[in-house]
Amino acid sequence: MASIWQYANPRKFIDTTDRFLPWLSALALVSLVVGLVWGFFFTPEDYRQGSTVKIIYLHVPSALMAINAWLMMLVASLVWIVRRHHVSALAARAAAPIGATMTVIALVTGAIWGQPMWGTWWAWDPRLTSFLILFLFYLGYMALWAAIENDDTAADLTSVLCLVGSVFALLSRYAVNFWNQGLHQGASLSLDKEENVADVFYHPLLVSIAGFILLFVALVFLRTQTEIRARRMRALLARERLQ
Amino acid sequence: MIALLIRDMKLGTRAGGGFGLGLAFFLIVVVLVPFGVGPETGRLALIAPGILWLGALLACLLSLDRIFALDWEDGSLDLLATSPLPMEAAVSVKALAHWLTTGLPLVLAAPVLGVLLSLPAAGYAPLILSLALGTPALSVIGTFGAALTVGLKRGGLLLSLLVLPLYVPTLIFGAEMARRGAEGMGNTTPMLMLAGITCGTIALLPFASAAVLRVNLR
Repeated sequence: MASIWQYANPRKFIDTTDRFLPWLSALALVSLVVGLVWGFFFTPEDYRQGSTVKIIYLHVPSALMAINAWLMMLVASLVWIVRRHHVSALAARAAAPIGATMTVIALVTGAIWGQPMWGTWWAWDPRLTSFLILFLFYLGYMALWAAIENDDTAADLTSVLCLVGSVFALLSRYAVNFWNQGLHQGASLSLDKEENVADVFYHPLLVSIAGFILLFVALVFLRTQTEIRARRMRALLARERLQ
Repeated sequence: MIALLIRDMKLGTRAGGGFGLGLAFFLIVVVLVPFGVGPETGRLALIAPGILWLGALLACLLSLDRIFALDWEDGSLDLLATSPLPMEAAVSVKALAHWLTTGLPLVLAAPVLGVLLSLPAAGYAPLILSLALGTPALSVIGTFGAALTVGLKRGGLLLSLLVLPLYVPTLIFGAEMARRGAEGMGNTTPMLMLAGITCGTIALLPFASAAVLRVNLR
């Protein structure tokens, strides 16, 4: 019977992801190159923002992935708490540094764009602030993983932290909204809006987003494999020392 | 439960329990601020509510690792875990004891320190009210952080890294309420939000704290 839970077996997980990983990486590379080259060189300049608008192809996908990485960690943590599959806990652990990197990319590209456009590198705008707070959550999560020696204890504690952190991250998101009015423009993309960004910008942006998603999935697979192998190695070494 | 509360309060207030340390820290922070930003009354009055909130928050943070550390070392935490009292209740009592020995003195000391920072007269009542509403949330959230890091040798810095982001919503609404009060604006909205956060954390977070404490005691 095929079920998603069969991938809770580390062996099965490594075998399957090994088969997918080259394809995923290649696809990610192709769509990133296509999306970014298309976006950077073959789209017109915005009539108000000039060429600075092109940073959108890095900024929007990374910001999207920064949030989705946390969501993925949340789901993986829930799976660990409920079903106690080690692969799930390791996948959550593997996703954290990637999510943190995405957050930094979003913040830095935003600052580079904001300097000529808003005239400032940084403003205490709700979106900017909540991203900074999200970054702190990532740091705390990773630090807790690193600080605890016992793997199962670490997985348990970090998954509870991820659950509680999600609630507080969401709270902070709306609290900062209340605290300061925004400078940041509204969402560039959404499913329920009639009009998004103009089509010339929209299509390369979609390709670039697909590239970021594929890159994220490929990296998570790779890092989870690494974690599984590292743990297996430690187990083998421990067994050897016993003999 | 009451016995545990009394015991924790006694341990907290006796010499070596760190009682007063948080208060002294609060005082020092407030004394240092004018050295940092200059002694002009107008500027101090402007930032007074925020500084008082930040000082209270940091003073609260300072005493968090004491909630479980001593009980963990001498094994009384294991006794608590095996006692008929549910872990959730024990954690809540611990948080209450922490608030009574740290949060409440901070609330009472805040108006005195407000004088030092030339807080406008209209700002005292909102400040005290906001601290009284907000510090229980700080204690409960802090208890969760302390439960997470109880088994670690050098958990102090990690504890701050984990707890401070969780303090953000409380700080925003608390400081906003105090600031609006000091400037004579209506502050019902932040007050209700702050009260909501406090009630929510008191109701829900002890379950998370108890869960991680059980993991740590395994």
